[in-house]
Amino acid sequence: MVHRISLSGETFVFQNLKDIMACASPLRSGDELAGIAATDPVRRVAAREVLADLPLRHFLAETLIPYETDEVSRLIIDSHDATAFAPVSHMTVGQFRDWLLSYEADAESLGALAPGLTPEMVAAVSKLMRNQDLISVGRKMRVVTAFRNTQGLPGRLGSRLQPNHPTDDADGISAALLDGLLLGAGDAVLGINPASDHIGKGMDILWRFDDIRQRYDMPVQSCLLTHVTNTISMIEKGAPVDLVFQSIAGSEQANSGFGISLATLSEAWLATRELNRGTVGTNAMYFETGQGAALSSNAHHGVDQQTMEVRAYAVARAYPPLLVNTVVGFIGPEYLYDGKQIIRAGLEDHFCGKLMGLPMGCDVCYTNHAEADQDDMDNLMMLLTAAGVNFLIAVPGGDDVMLSYQSLSYHDILTLRSVFDVRPAPEFESWLERMSLADRGRLRMNQPYALPGFRTGP
Amino acid sequence: MTSPVQDPWGSLRQYTRARIGLPRTGDSIAGSEVRALQAAHASARRAVHASLDPARLNLECPAIEVRSQATDRSEFVRRPDFGRRLDTPSITRLKHAAQDGPWDLALVAADGLSAFAVERQAIPLQSAIHTALDQTWRMSPLIIAHNARVALGDEIGELLGATCVVMMIGERPGLSVSDSLSLYMTWNPKVGRQDSERNCISNIHAHGLSIGEACHKLCWLLDAARRLGRTGVSLKDESTDMKILPQQKSIP
Repeated sequence: MVHRISLSGETFVFQNLKDIMACASPLRSGDELAGIAATDPVRRVAAREVLADLPLRHFLAETLIPYETDEVSRLIIDSHDATAFAPVSHMTVGQFRDWLLSYEADAESLGALAPGLTPEMVAAVSKLMRNQDLISVGRKMRVVTAFRNTQGLPGRLGSRLQPNHPTDDADGISAALLDGLLLGAGDAVLGINPASDHIGKGMDILWRFDDIRQRYDMPVQSCLLTHVTNTISMIEKGAPVDLVFQSIAGSEQANSGFGISLATLSEAWLATRELNRGTVGTNAMYFETGQGAALSSNAHHGVDQQTMEVRAYAVARAYPPLLVNTVVGFIGPEYLYDGKQIIRAGLEDHFCGKLMGLPMGCDVCYTNHAEADQDDMDNLMMLLTAAGVNFLIAVPGGDDVMLSYQSLSYHDILTLRSVFDVRPAPEFESWLERMSLADRGRLRMNQPYALPGFRTGP
Repeated sequence: MTSPVQDPWGSLRQYTRARIGLPRTGDSIAGSEVRALQAAHASARRAVHASLDPARLNLECPAIEVRSQATDRSEFVRRPDFGRRLDTPSITRLKHAAQDGPWDLALVAADGLSAFAVERQAIPLQSAIHTALDQTWRMSPLIIAHNARVALGDEIGELLGATCVVMMIGERPGLSVSDSLSLYMTWNPKVGRQDSERNCISNIHAHGLSIGEACHKLCWLLDAARRLGRTGVSLKDESTDMKILPQQKSIP
């Protein structure tokens, strides 16, 4: 359906919903790369005017990627909950934006709404929101999940401890793990990206994590971020798998580029149900996403990267995950060019993930070929914490020596706790006090011997 | 204040180059370490924008030079689509080289995001692979690729008519390491292959995987791929580990 609008005496024509969505997006290099971005700033605002007047119902009628050819589209349409949608079904996208900011929209009403929203509706409304809107509404929403501790409670900020090592050296990983624990990080997950896909080495890492967890009676979960089919092999071989990880994207073809389908994810999810290793909850899936993932495998179907990202959240919510995070600055400057674009995308991803009903976290990060630096990351971590993000990723000194990019440091998490008066998951907070690593909420200047008998040498 | 006792993190630092045990003031990292990170970031930024100089490769055999459609480093960073396709003269050159085939394996030294990685490690790795593989692997001349993304290997391999292409490509520079090399191996390369159809060996540098270890893993994967007739997620790396050489754990 062709849409026309006049703005400042000029007429703008948009070919279809895809065109409106792409043009309404704030400027980013990925949409320019795909050749779908608004060609000038006035056209961008014109697209937003058109979008603001579209009824939310329109998104149920005009699909961006055909139902017939894409299993993610089928998942979105087939799982749409008309009853949950009812309270906002009469609204336009513009009215929906205003309602989200109203006092009537609170944690309870927003939580109930999630199953009634499609990713396209959520992406659309985010395009009409300023950064502060994304933060204000983000802060109202709470998505609580649990495995061995509880994530997403009010006043809490979780952290993933990421002890990567370039050759998966067990002692090197342990040293980075110890560093993070002594700095009070890791309640969301002890999550490592292995350098190799080697099954045996991966299992060794899982055994070591499990051994350390049990030795100190830590209320945490571990995860080896390898391909889901590798994790299934490890489960079959008896490895102590807490969380199953997979990178996901917003189209069937993009997921196929990751070597997965919804059937693969269902199989993995069922395997975690059988393992049943959680103590305070059963959320056992962990997903990572990122704007640009679909475009990078040329599987975006001409849809803008932010909408494709929210479609990935529809995949994630089908398998009630413990954790989901966007790897916002990781995918590179060809998708998010500089600090401004990375910060905007981080806020969008958090807001959209939460509105979709996900326990949203973020890897606040950038690569060395992006126009960004640690100051940009300081801004984004502060803004996301103000927005009530579930968890953030941290690595020693902010420098990931395996993946060659910069994330947050464990110290940054401490800074956020002080500045915003937020605390780690309650079970983990008690553990830090019990182990004398923290004293009345403040982390001690811990030395390596603070965890006696920690195995770091051969 | 200087602590009278020895740095208790000293013994742990032998296991990793990660920034562990950083001095702390309040919640924050001490200023000296903040500036050290800024210096490393500045060096990495420089590495990203460096160009690959074939003269610095010390080639022992003739090689074929090709270029992607990205004309300079800045365009290369912003336009991965250009970095995945060859320019016209390169296509002609590879078609010509194909007449000397058929080839079982084509090795490509590709700059990717770190020309330094390729300049330092591609040729020693090529020699190791030559020595390790038996006569059943007919190898094409080395291809040197400028402004290249991983998928450029698909077009290179297809034009050469090679059964398998291995991209030896510079990884995005990190703060600790700016010369890390990755190997991407693709069976029956042709334009449009997906990343799930490749196998990858990453982190090849002085403090990561050694040339010998990388060569060992690659040869294991090549033999397994030949038996399976494909690469990708269905080919799992179950190679036996080589002994880690003691000097690898020492940090200069």
